Amino acid sequence: MTEPLVFELGQPGRVAGAQLPREDVPVGLTQAMLRRSPPLLPEVSELDVVRHYTRLSQLNFSVDTQYYPLGSCTMKYNPRGCNTFAMLPGFLNRHPLAEEAVSQGFLKCLFELQEMLASVTGMSAFSLTPMAGAQGELTGVAMIRAYHLDRGDIGRTQIIVPDAAHGTNPATATMCGCTVTELRTRPDGDVDIDALRNIVGPETAGIMLTNPSTLGVFERRIGDVAEIVHGAGGLLYYDGANLNAILGKALPGDMGFDVIHVNLHKTFSTPHGGGGPGSGAVGVGDKLEPFLPTPIVGYQDDRFRWVGEADRPKSIGRLSAFMGNAGVLLRAYIYMRMLGREGMERVANYSTLNANYLMAKLEDVGFELAFPGRRASHEFVVTLRRQAKEHNITAMDFAKALLDCGFHAPTAYFPLLVPECLLIEPTETESKETLDGFVAAMAAILADVQADPDRLREAPVAMPVRRLDEVRAARHLDVRYQPDATATDLTVRSPAS
Amino acid sequence: MPFIPHTPSDTVDMLRAIGAKTIDELFDEIPEELQCAGLEAVPEALSELEIGRLMRERAAQDEVGLNFLGAGAYEHHIPAAVWELTTRGEFYSAYTPYQAEASQGTLQVIYEYQTMMASLTGLEVSNASLYDGASALAEAVLMGVRVNQRSRSRRILLPESLHPHYRAVVRTITASQGISVTELPYDRETGRSDLQALDCYAEEDLTALVIAQPNVFGVLEDVDALADWALDHGVLAIGVVNPMAMGLLKPPGDWGHEGVSIACGEGQPLGVPLSSGGPYFGFLTCREALVRQLPGRLVGRTLDVDGKPGFTLTLQAREQHIRRSRATSNICTNQGLMVTASTIFMSLLGPEGLKRVATRCQARAAALAEAAVTVPGVEIAFPEPRFHEVALRLPVPASRVLGGMRESGVLGGVHLKPWYPELGDTILACATETKTDRDIEAYALALQAAIESTGCAA
Repeated sequence: MTEPLVFELGQPGRVAGAQLPREDVPVGLTQAMLRRSPPLLPEVSELDVVRHYTRLSQLNFSVDTQYYPLGSCTMKYNPRGCNTFAMLPGFLNRHPLAEEAVSQGFLKCLFELQEMLASVTGMSAFSLTPMAGAQGELTGVAMIRAYHLDRGDIGRTQIIVPDAAHGTNPATATMCGCTVTELRTRPDGDVDIDALRNIVGPETAGIMLTNPSTLGVFERRIGDVAEIVHGAGGLLYYDGANLNAILGKALPGDMGFDVIHVNLHKTFSTPHGGGGPGSGAVGVGDKLEPFLPTPIVGYQDDRFRWVGEADRPKSIGRLSAFMGNAGVLLRAYIYMRMLGREGMERVANYSTLNANYLMAKLEDVGFELAFPGRRASHEFVVTLRRQAKEHNITAMDFAKALLDCGFHAPTAYFPLLVPECLLIEPTETESKETLDGFVAAMAAILADVQADPDRLREAPVAMPVRRLDEVRAARHLDVRYQPDATATDLTVRSPAS
Repeated sequence: MPFIPHTPSDTVDMLRAIGAKTIDELFDEIPEELQCAGLEAVPEALSELEIGRLMRERAAQDEVGLNFLGAGAYEHHIPAAVWELTTRGEFYSAYTPYQAEASQGTLQVIYEYQTMMASLTGLEVSNASLYDGASALAEAVLMGVRVNQRSRSRRILLPESLHPHYRAVVRTITASQGISVTELPYDRETGRSDLQALDCYAEEDLTALVIAQPNVFGVLEDVDALADWALDHGVLAIGVVNPMAMGLLKPPGDWGHEGVSIACGEGQPLGVPLSSGGPYFGFLTCREALVRQLPGRLVGRTLDVDGKPGFTLTLQAREQHIRRSRATSNICTNQGLMVTASTIFMSLLGPEGLKRVATRCQARAAALAEAAVTVPGVEIAFPEPRFHEVALRLPVPASRVLGGMRESGVLGGVHLKPWYPELGDTILACATETKTDRDIEAYALALQAAIESTGCAA
């Protein structure tokens, strides 16, 4: 089952005529300013386009079609109502530079979103402009840097990151001109407090933590972490990747965090869209409020208004051409209003119930837990090190075999410090029957580790393609269609690194 | 429970399987003093009926008649099929295509997108997109610094005629990386980058020169001269372009004698609604030799174990989840859904459609300029060549004129004074293919009425 490239479907001169405006001639341009040859775009009919992209969509797994227990990604149901109401014409057609007088409806939604996010995180103020989790992180670390510099404390460039952290944490610290120090995790899943004591010092700018951690456990000694880092003059950054697990149950602000980013595309159910757009709204305590990125939505004299750099001279500045991913923010706003106060806590309750249930059931059928004896947060880690060692069946084989069963694979090989791991996050929107079906599929695969290991190594066999040659993809780089290329051209030389 | 399927008996059964009495018991590892007391600031839940009504009211509150605003976000016709297809659940609710076998749809869309964007900008490689145009420029600048090994200064020349928000974002994102930004003045007569001022830097070590086409005033820069200046002085040129204009204008890969090596810009004009500034997508394209310094995701075509072609993310060794603190960028996401929309948009328009829309925009803006100067006292601030925006100098305070036009249902333009105080009462107006002759007449009438009433009041 493959679909030709859209370029291969067309014929020279074929057009989607309903989309063509009438012809015009350019005014005041010379020939030298104009394009010499047409761009390589398809020449197809409207029906060709509709069929082609419908068929391509059908080659995807998605939350709407499959169970997606992807750890650290919170692939919950994306309510259709959120999409419908965020795409009302008044919102879609609003120009980003439309004046405040004709923007009060939109600004009110954003202002209330800022307030609700502050409430569920225990922070005092929010800026909604970061366009993804990673940009939220960049914002957070930049604010920490700005805070220290503003106090004349210029030597603080060290960012501490647990070894279990997302790759974006250390990459962000580097982008902010900081050095990264890794913090060890103990065998029970908590960070090593003694190691932390030895790491901190006069160069410590801050620590980036996810709590519950990416290991699927709550960091029990968070109070000690806060005391040590604050005691050394550093600040605490909360990576909101796992906020779903504690929503309405515990507030990062109460844990001592000074700054947080919230992945609205995880906890607040805006769609992942095949890899974006996301939103990484940032919240801060009082200390960091002057440094928040602009614009922010304010309320004054019965009007909602933009708060810009003129009002916030210490702001780290602007992160996007306008004000971030407004449409994503509206979806999160609608979702939060539909959950309401009590619905927030239910998210944590049922995502945690589902995770602990799934963990208990998988342990029952013979899977090894990476952190036995710990409660699961909204996710947990299974290790297949025994199967890898004894039968040469890897976490990757499990992942691919699950695809054949109609389940999206859990996150594999992350966190990096657990060998042959699967990070499994069921989310609260899945039913007990779905989880039981997943357990049955996992048990069947486990049975095949001994009974029919070749089947697992061959998997997937029921997908549009089988395992792809990634080495070839990198060595014979083919990242665009070249109609005139011959077969030998397509195995292009790899550019020098 | 709006989206949670559990029945009371499900919950009982599940707790029994876990060996816990209550759900609260599952949170017993959270220290007691951290347990949250309640979320007073969050209102009670609304049903879909109720939230729908609330959102309709708020959306209706912000609707205005005719929009002539541009300045980085542009109103275009978006074929109905674009968002009908893009919001199919299989695109809308899919994750990043890390499991390639279960993501061939998204991966092929991105491969097609990469092909289209590379060709549109006249370059060879496109990444899978970045957040927006301004942040794409910041990433392009960082890439430029990595690529131009001949220069040691880490010094970037940004034209003053580049959108001020883009300049601000470049500063925010590159601030901590030892990159210094210098601004190249524009010629007050032409609205173009000042080539004589550029020569002041001939003897200095510059790492990169950013060239905007069109620039923030809607004016077309002398891109050939700028690109050649960079080439002659060992400076890496980065083009930041409106992709719609590329249907008509010479792409960055063809500028000057050798073309530039990196291009970027805001993808919004290609099928993404205005929607208050986002989500949009940034594009970034380059010469093939620079691919390993390209930030963000990249999709490649390869073969599966049966020798059948398929698509996968490639060159991931550049990225944060592999390389962590040594990655080319911290970027993790792209704007997948917006890329899907733009790929469908470009497929529907094709080379002929894109050229016609771009040409029509250009001709409509010329018609707007012509109509505006029939209003007594209104002058064109900068002469042709322009794309689809025109800066208009007004005889009376601009903010009051814009307010007056708004009262009659016309968003007349962006006041340039807050960005360029030296321009005084100048507004930037945009007309795309969406504007009819009648719309343009309505614009001129509203402008005239607003100027007259402002003049009387003054």
